[in-house]
Amino acid sequence: MNKYMLYLNSKRCIGCHGCEIHCKANKDLPVGPILCEISHEPLKSVKGVPKTEFFFRSCYHCEDPYCVPICPTGAMKKREDGIVYIDEDACIGCMACAGACPWNIPQVNPATGKAVKCDYCMDRVDQGLRPACVTKCTTRALKFVTLQVVES
Amino acid sequence: MKKTVWSMCGMCSVRCPIKVEVEDGRVTWIEGNPHILKGSLCAKGSAGVALQKDPERPQQPLIRSGGRGAGKWEPVSWYTALDYVAERVEKIKEKYGSKAIVMSCRGGPWQDLIKAFCHALGSPNFTNHDSACGRNVHHASKSVYGLGRKGFIYDIAKAKHLVCFGRNLLASLRVAEANQVMDMLDNGGSLTYVDVRQTLTGIKATRFFQVRPGTDYALALGMINEVIKQEAYDKEFVEKYTVGFDHMAAFVEPYTADWAAKECGIKVKKLKDFVSEIGQQRPKVIFHPGWMLSRYRDSFYASRCLHILNVLMGNIETEGGQLFPKGPGDCGIKGLRTFSSNVPKPEDKRADGVGWKYKHFDKGPGLFHLYYEAMMTGEPYPIKGLICYRHDPFNCFPDVATQKEALDNCELLVSIDTHYSEFGWYCDVILPESMYLERETPVATQKGLKPRFIYRDRAAEPRYNTKPSWEILKMLADRLGFGEMFPFQTAEDMWKWQLEPTGYSIEDFQDKGFVSLSDTPIMYDRENLEGKFKTASGKIEFVNESWENLGIPSFKPYESPKKPPKGRFRLVFGRSPVHAHSHTINNPFLHELMPENTLWINKRVATRLGINEGDWVDVIGDSQMGTIRAHVTEFIHPEAVYTVHGFGRQVPLQSRAYHAGMSDQKLQEGLLLMMDEAGGGLCLCEKFVTVRRSSRNPRRRVEL
Ligand code: SF4
Ligand code: SF4
Ligand code: SF4
Ligand code: SF4
Repeated sequence: MNKYMLYLNSKRCIGCHGCEIHCKANKDLPVGPILCEISHEPLKSVKGVPKTEFFFRSCYHCEDPYCVPICPTGAMKKREDGIVYIDEDACIGCMACAGACPWNIPQVNPATGKAVKCDYCMDRVDQGLRPACVTKCTTRALKFVTLQVVES
Repeated sequence: MKKTVWSMCGMCSVRCPIKVEVEDGRVTWIEGNPHILKGSLCAKGSAGVALQKDPERPQQPLIRSGGRGAGKWEPVSWYTALDYVAERVEKIKEKYGSKAIVMSCRGGPWQDLIKAFCHALGSPNFTNHDSACGRNVHHASKSVYGLGRKGFIYDIAKAKHLVCFGRNLLASLRVAEANQVMDMLDNGGSLTYVDVRQTLTGIKATRFFQVRPGTDYALALGMINEVIKQEAYDKEFVEKYTVGFDHMAAFVEPYTADWAAKECGIKVKKLKDFVSEIGQQRPKVIFHPGWMLSRYRDSFYASRCLHILNVLMGNIETEGGQLFPKGPGDCGIKGLRTFSSNVPKPEDKRADGVGWKYKHFDKGPGLFHLYYEAMMTGEPYPIKGLICYRHDPFNCFPDVATQKEALDNCELLVSIDTHYSEFGWYCDVILPESMYLERETPVATQKGLKPRFIYRDRAAEPRYNTKPSWEILKMLADRLGFGEMFPFQTAEDMWKWQLEPTGYSIEDFQDKGFVSLSDTPIMYDRENLEGKFKTASGKIEFVNESWENLGIPSFKPYESPKKPPKGRFRLVFGRSPVHAHSHTINNPFLHELMPENTLWINKRVATRLGINEGDWVDVIGDSQMGTIRAHVTEFIHPEAVYTVHGFGRQVPLQSRAYHAGMSDQKLQEGLLLMMDEAGGGLCLCEKFVTVRRSSRNPRRRVEL
């Protein structure tokens, strides 16, 4: 069972792309890989006001990820708490994971030649902190949600 | 080793308080000061680490070795560079007097240091960029309240209605303010947005008026008229604290809502509904008086009317309205020692005419662009040297070719900056300042309901041979013989000297990065605001008699903006949330997000011109041209084209920004001295440009 989720309150999101840079800066990434992305539909007039909504996308940390079994070295792993991550030492940069992922989420990090993707900033999470994108979101629109099992 | 350093972001001029984590001398994490911003930062704020690592910034002092602007530099030591500058300054002093030197900066909490240096040098000519930014708003505020634009803070989070005339505050981001706006909306507040195009702020609005470019003043007049007609204003407040209401009411008489709606191209019912709504919501209604309003010939008057609408709402010193910012004095604490208090003020009159030729303008920083006139004519006296600290006139001010002509009369041009400014590239000497993570700055006062002292500490050692500004100026002062006016050798000495009257020491800042001067918000008694308005009458002046006596009417008859001739468009400009004008364009992270600007053009018009989304278009001023891609949209007025300011840079050592996109200010030919005589701001949206499909075909390319 996945324990965590990233949730965007799109009413509060102002489309400033801060989260994308908060993520890159935290992971010390070079130009190229962007692990989360803000996007929007073209503007449409709603009651006289041209409007749009913002979407946030990073890795979905699938319950049953396509990227994990395809990885020839076992570098792509899923943790107990659901976080899907890359063990950098084991990754050989073959990018089979990106091919298997329906959304092409894993990207090449040109600085290391290995794959990189969102890991919910698990080093931070393990220290009791929130992911970089959430901690620094300009308007506090992004939330890191801990899911609970509701007994019925 | 890990440490936490308190600092202030330097990626834009908002200067958000930040917490920086450093491991073995390397900056690993920057977040908004958790005590003030709860961690939040914008994209630029996080991109500070990319700036720090970027070698494409001046790495040591440079002295020009070729012609101006040729880009040939000799790297020199600090001693050589400062000796050189000091020697040239002395020569100018000998020949023309100290007053022949102008010092300019970008405003903000630390400009006092620059001002003090300028005065210590013996020159009254301290200035900043503001005549190409907020001077109209500032002077409009002075004429109404006797207080400058910083005379109020806006309690947006608790407001019921925020009205923005082109104030695109969710793109021209201030982190704390953006949160206030979102809090207000979360609490069910309304946002009315007025602009010639839709923006990031406008998409959050509950009401949107797309107006014809240049008609803000008309709309504001129509609003005042309708507010009076519907009696939607705070009569008691107006009665108690204002003068000139009847005169104003008579003046706005012909400017009815029907007239304004027609002039602006909006629906009159929407306008009248708006007025009834704010009539219900006042006093918790805030009209943002504008920020960068160096735009149209009547922007001063438009801003003045927005200030007046606030007064009509009675929104002063009340929750959800405009509040007086409180300072140390309100907390019974002495203020910081200022640098200029230690320096005698020169007696010469200013060369920009402010204070004697233009008596109504604020003498503080005067009006930068008027120094170009003095350079060109030698009147009232010659200007022969310009030192710009963190100010790039070639990016702020229009018509760079004319600026260069004027500067060619100068014998010394110096740029003190963290990056290669376009002006710096044309200078004789570049003195590289350490970027904000690598330097300390003086302690600053942040006024507010809970005022505080705040500072920036050095997070990392400078990667290159750069220095903080206080040290550069101190070393220069020593060479020019007035070092004793800046009695400190280290940053710690400086802080101690500044803090001495306050009773605090820099150790008090260690916990949170600032010292809060009050635990609870301080409010004045709204029933007893006597003495708070610094006008001649002591009241809020709808009609300012002193200005009228100087020939500045409080209202001017409205003139409809010119329609651009066929095939031409009014060039308007603005901001994106991922760039802070020109100085972030070369940042590796921000360049990745937005490498160049586009030209927004109305869909109907574009179809007529055969321009499709993504096509290359030529944008032509008089002699200058830029070529960028078109963004075709129905959400911009057909008379206007829009672009993001700051692009089209021409410094070859900035490989990412070099010639990327188009520069609006280079196309603004003929606007350098087009000043609003009442407000002192330039009229940067008064340029028509021709737009045509470029002969560059995006789809065809012969390779061999
Ligand atoms: S990389 Fe793709 S497949 Fe793997 S967990 Fe993320 S979204 Fe799922
Ligand atoms: S959770 Fe961490 S890795 Fe994932 S997008 Fe956010 S900042 Fe990036
Ligand atoms: S930082 Fe926050 S507000 Fe900005 S785009 Fe990302 S989610 Fe939206
Ligand atoms: S608004 Fe962004 S760039 Fe400006 S000071 Fe704040 S964090 Fe830095």
